[in-house]
Amino acid sequence: MTSTMERESPDTLSRGLGVFSLALGAAQVASPRGLVNLVGMEDTKRNRDLMLALGLRELASGVGILSQRQPAGWLQARVGGDVMDLALLGSALATDGRNRDRKRLGIAIAAVAGVLALDVLAARRATDGRRAGERSGIHVARSVTVLRSPEEVYAFWRDFQNLPRFMRHLESVHVTGDGRSHWRAKAPAGMSVEWDAEMVAERPNELIVWRSLPGSTVPNSGQVRFVEAPGGRGTEVHLELRYAPPGGKLGAVVAKLFGEEPGQQAADDLRRFKQVMETGEVVRSDASIHRHMHPAQPPEEPVSPELAGRTS
Amino acid sequence: MKANCWMGVQKVEVRDVPDPQILNQRDCIVRVTSSAICGSDLHLYDGYVPFMEAGDILGHEFMGEVVEVGRAVKNLKVGDRVVVPFPIACGDCAACRAEAYSLCENSNPNAKIPEKLFGHPVCGIFGYSHLTGGFAGGQAEYVRVPFADVGPLKIENGFSDDQVLFLSDILPTGYMGAEMCDIQPGEVVAVWGAGPVGVFAAASAKLLGAERVIAIDRFDYRLQMASRAGATDVVNYERLDGTTVVEALNEMTGGRGPDKCIDAVGMEAHAPGLAYVYDRAKQALRLETGRPIALREAIMACRSGGTVSVIGVYGGFVDKFPMGSVMNRSLTIKTGQCHVQRYMRPLLDRIERGEIDPTMVITHRMPLDEAPRGFDVFLNKRDNCEKVVLRI
Repeated sequence: MTSTMERESPDTLSRGLGVFSLALGAAQVASPRGLVNLVGMEDTKRNRDLMLALGLRELASGVGILSQRQPAGWLQARVGGDVMDLALLGSALATDGRNRDRKRLGIAIAAVAGVLALDVLAARRATDGRRAGERSGIHVARSVTVLRSPEEVYAFWRDFQNLPRFMRHLESVHVTGDGRSHWRAKAPAGMSVEWDAEMVAERPNELIVWRSLPGSTVPNSGQVRFVEAPGGRGTEVHLELRYAPPGGKLGAVVAKLFGEEPGQQAADDLRRFKQVMETGEVVRSDASIHRHMHPAQPPEEPVSPELAGRTS
Repeated sequence: MKANCWMGVQKVEVRDVPDPQILNQRDCIVRVTSSAICGSDLHLYDGYVPFMEAGDILGHEFMGEVVEVGRAVKNLKVGDRVVVPFPIACGDCAACRAEAYSLCENSNPNAKIPEKLFGHPVCGIFGYSHLTGGFAGGQAEYVRVPFADVGPLKIENGFSDDQVLFLSDILPTGYMGAEMCDIQPGEVVAVWGAGPVGVFAAASAKLLGAERVIAIDRFDYRLQMASRAGATDVVNYERLDGTTVVEALNEMTGGRGPDKCIDAVGMEAHAPGLAYVYDRAKQALRLETGRPIALREAIMACRSGGTVSVIGVYGGFVDKFPMGSVMNRSLTIKTGQCHVQRYMRPLLDRIERGEIDPTMVITHRMPLDEAPRGFDVFLNKRDNCEKVVLRI
């Protein structure tokens, strides 16, 4: 099972600035004296210590930008850092040290100002991106390979009433005709959430796209693609889901409904889909049905006696 | 019913638990007649396999009589006598179609746990933690067997339980260890560990045409058992007087090293000296999950261009893995949980022809009630213990 979970990741500019921070920071930490001389500051112990501290700050920003999916905060920190650098260089220019180099200081100030402009741009982009991400909600993509032909897999999925057999959060889906369907999902504390959906696009044996109708409490859409797997290994099923959880209390309920990790829920649903297609039903262990935390013990109550042949 | 339950590290208890039920239409329920304690149960016992919970029923080597079948099971009927393979396998997925049953893609309801730990999921296994599905095990009076139309082997012809019980795990596991070595005429095979799996690996290596089979262990009684099974030479690594196992094996093979090496020890290896202290300490601190001492030796000892076959169980990460030796000397590593279903029928035929006698490893028989004593005896090798079988 492969997976991607898309969130905002640093764009090229942000990554570039992150790398720049790391490189500059490394140079400042490795050779504070070299950098003090390079920017034309006076070579004193105080300035060298200052350069070392600035280097550590740069390293932190660089690591922060590159390791975060949403680097907006770190990019804003870079903007603050640039302003601080400009202030320091400005005060170096203003002081009357014997060994300062006005020309070099001027170049350094121009360079930092240029970087500041880039930082402001990147920080603004990242912040906007984050807001847009919040608006568009959760996007999950997961896939699984099923040892069945695209025709079989497509036909099963195309009948939306089958979805609750493997999508655990769904209670029922009723096809109401005309490409429309009514969905009902379980929510915590005996609640449920309902919405109507419509089929937006389909290509037999290849693609099904659906989305909730306007006005749904949980605007959502889904797309499943079926691709013949190479080497006669059946069908790759690529599922993409988007949810826009509403705000407030209902939002919290809906968040729980779709699992703490929507990607995991989608992966588990696909695994159950594969089990149904390949073995005929969802596979259960004592652990998967027993309440509380004693899973490898048999259940205490009959689960579904109709399953047994009752030959004894 | 009564069942032997894991209650914590080095603590098992026979408790009254509810009877199992049919949960899927391809299940059957088996009344267990014999159930063995496996070396890999000791890894659970010692707490080295994660995702165990108090109350979990142990046991993955068992056989018995079918007492109930789900409505989709057509090949078995009530009263049939069956041996049940330890990997639970659906028979329908790509892995099962390729006879790689322990890689079954459908039989582990907790697949997301091994997927995170191992990268991709593994099959369900009876009584072997929630990592492998949380299936109740067979050290119990009754057990639910999923995919009963795929795994269980019907036993006719009047074999005793002792003769066929080990088709569930250790005999096929040892055999697969030797088979993965692709033994050629004239080759020397070394086997680390003379526990039941190592003994069967040694026996199988001889059956598959090895010129010489060298068994390595620290207990003379186990090495004697390996000799009776087919080992031509033995090394007791605690009696080497300053030479290492690798040096001893070099000496025994004219400096070449064994052509094929089988690790039938796994993650709780022992060794004299500092390596053991190092790994034991790291393991205790959870800095590594396995002590790969036997595996490191097998790699270092193996002839250049040879094969290292790993059937000892590992659960997570190991340290100081000699990858340079593997790469620069063109070694092949082959490994896997045994695809038991693939080997049961052919090995039953070998038992029938008298080519191998699995009963030879049994040293202790006791009732289910005494399972806790069985674990203690087996873990501490008391009373020259090799294999404990519970009669139920």
